[in-house]
Amino acid sequence: MKNSEQDNLLWRVAQFIWNEAATLDAREYDSWLDLWNPDGLYIIPIEEAEDYAEVLNLCYDDDKMRRDRIKRFQDGFSISSAPPAITARTVSRFVIDAVDGETVVVSCAQHLVEDKFGRQRLWAANVHYTLTATDSGFMLQKKVVRLLNSDGVLNSFSYLF
Amino acid sequence: MNQLIDVKNITLDPNRLVEEGRVVSTMYTSPELFDTEQEKIFRKTWVWVAHESEVPDKGAFKLSTVGREPVIVVRDRKRNIHVMLNRCRHRGATVCEIDKGKTSSFQCPYHGWGYGLDGSLRAIPHPEQYGEEFDKAQLGLFTLRTESYNGMVFATFNDDIEPLEEFLGAAKKWIDLFMKQGGGYPVKTLGEHQFSVPMNWKVQLENTTDAYHFPIVHKSFLQSLDEEAEETFTFLDGEGFVEDLGNGHSVMVMIPELVDLEEDLDRKIPERFEALAEELRNEGYPDEQVRRIVRAVGGSGFNLNLFPNVACSMAFFRVLTPVAVDKTDIRHIALGMDGGPSAANRIRLRLHEHFQGPMGFGSPDDAEVWERIQRGVESGTELPILVNRGIEKEAQGEAGPRGHVSDETGMRAAYAMWKRMMQE
Repeated sequence: MKNSEQDNLLWRVAQFIWNEAATLDAREYDSWLDLWNPDGLYIIPIEEAEDYAEVLNLCYDDDKMRRDRIKRFQDGFSISSAPPAITARTVSRFVIDAVDGETVVVSCAQHLVEDKFGRQRLWAANVHYTLTATDSGFMLQKKVVRLLNSDGVLNSFSYLF
Repeated sequence: MNQLIDVKNITLDPNRLVEEGRVVSTMYTSPELFDTEQEKIFRKTWVWVAHESEVPDKGAFKLSTVGREPVIVVRDRKRNIHVMLNRCRHRGATVCEIDKGKTSSFQCPYHGWGYGLDGSLRAIPHPEQYGEEFDKAQLGLFTLRTESYNGMVFATFNDDIEPLEEFLGAAKKWIDLFMKQGGGYPVKTLGEHQFSVPMNWKVQLENTTDAYHFPIVHKSFLQSLDEEAEETFTFLDGEGFVEDLGNGHSVMVMIPELVDLEEDLDRKIPERFEALAEELRNEGYPDEQVRRIVRAVGGSGFNLNLFPNVACSMAFFRVLTPVAVDKTDIRHIALGMDGGPSAANRIRLRLHEHFQGPMGFGSPDDAEVWERIQRGVESGTELPILVNRGIEKEAQGEAGPRGHVSDETGMRAAYAMWKRMMQE
């Protein structure tokens, strides 16, 4: 790949991920669901593993679980997520790890601050994306959020990373 | 029972703090009481520290606590399990800061005192300055009395306490039933989610025997289930019960048909486990074994509350550590089938993630209401906390008083034990 092509890809990937970040901060979850391929996986692991299906995670969401999770946020019956915390996140340090046909594998760093009832918490994560390029833009095929303190005391998240 | 309490005169009298069907708010808020509990309860009784599968091999260890005191649970070369204070006998530094792993010894990072897997002091650098009186045999890591029952490892500071099996008493039968969710395989731990909640430890102790909150706090969990599973978990109108098992232990049976997972194997396979059954059949498991695994995969239909710090809760262990009067750490340990089909263990992992952990559909809502209790009881200390639900309708069960599934019989059992121990 030429340098200019690579720069262009990095720019398009960053724009997509920034838009996704804005969608999540705005809690526009229906729009977020539309970003996913139906067989995509959204995973927040506890520990590194070859196959996250075989180990305990914080979440291991297929299409149904993603929809159930968002329905729970939206229905308002969960006392821990009604009201939810509000969030502001930044995503940066994009590195394209691999490109194979329509598939782009990209890593980045994410910092997220949450606020609820005046109490703030700060999270840092390495995020690994597998994106599929389509005519209408990228789609999420896999998103693995590696929180730095994923095996520690985390309590409760009323939003998505 | 609903009358105001003259709190000034009863601040530390166990007899007045717990009366039939009610406790006093200071039970959750008094730092003095919390310190006394450490001495009179957590230093005096059997405290759960590990499941044997967490230290499977020689040299395997994990960190745990007995009350507030950090301990190491380790399996030695002869496969015996030791529980030792995580504290060098020289100047008191911890000798291990890794949550779990495998080792051949423990070495203090400060002056290099080295201890064996049984806690014995092996070697120290430059011993000559200590003179002839120095007796290594007296300076091993402080070792707690340790006993196990059906994989559950308990330790105690109290050398005079009855054997573990006597302490567990009527609860043993329920531990045995709980372990049947191995589906013919030994039960093993599969990882854990951790919480730290600003609440007194007894709020947590109560919750595992509280079915009354389930349809309210866990409405969003129930709504995420298929119709059949939702019906299974709508148990307040069913035939369930809570029974006092003695010594502060209790069992809360929510789903009576899931008490003995080795019975009724010809029962219809629930819709949500149909795909698993099909997968196992395709892998060549005989029909009876498929039925046994599938019946066990969702866990038991009851919560067994063991005083003071562990519950066998449907499909997982819930362990509490009292950190401060208003701070309690909780671990939800996932369980699986050791050597069982990975398709079944995958389902167990997904079920655990569905309810437990920071992104579960259940635990975060529990934690929210526990925190609110701690905030609420700062006001109106003269108002009683009521644990009287069902008190007048209790009947004699197999081991002790038995009430409706939503009754507070289990809390009364725990508070009776609390009172007994605090008065000794």
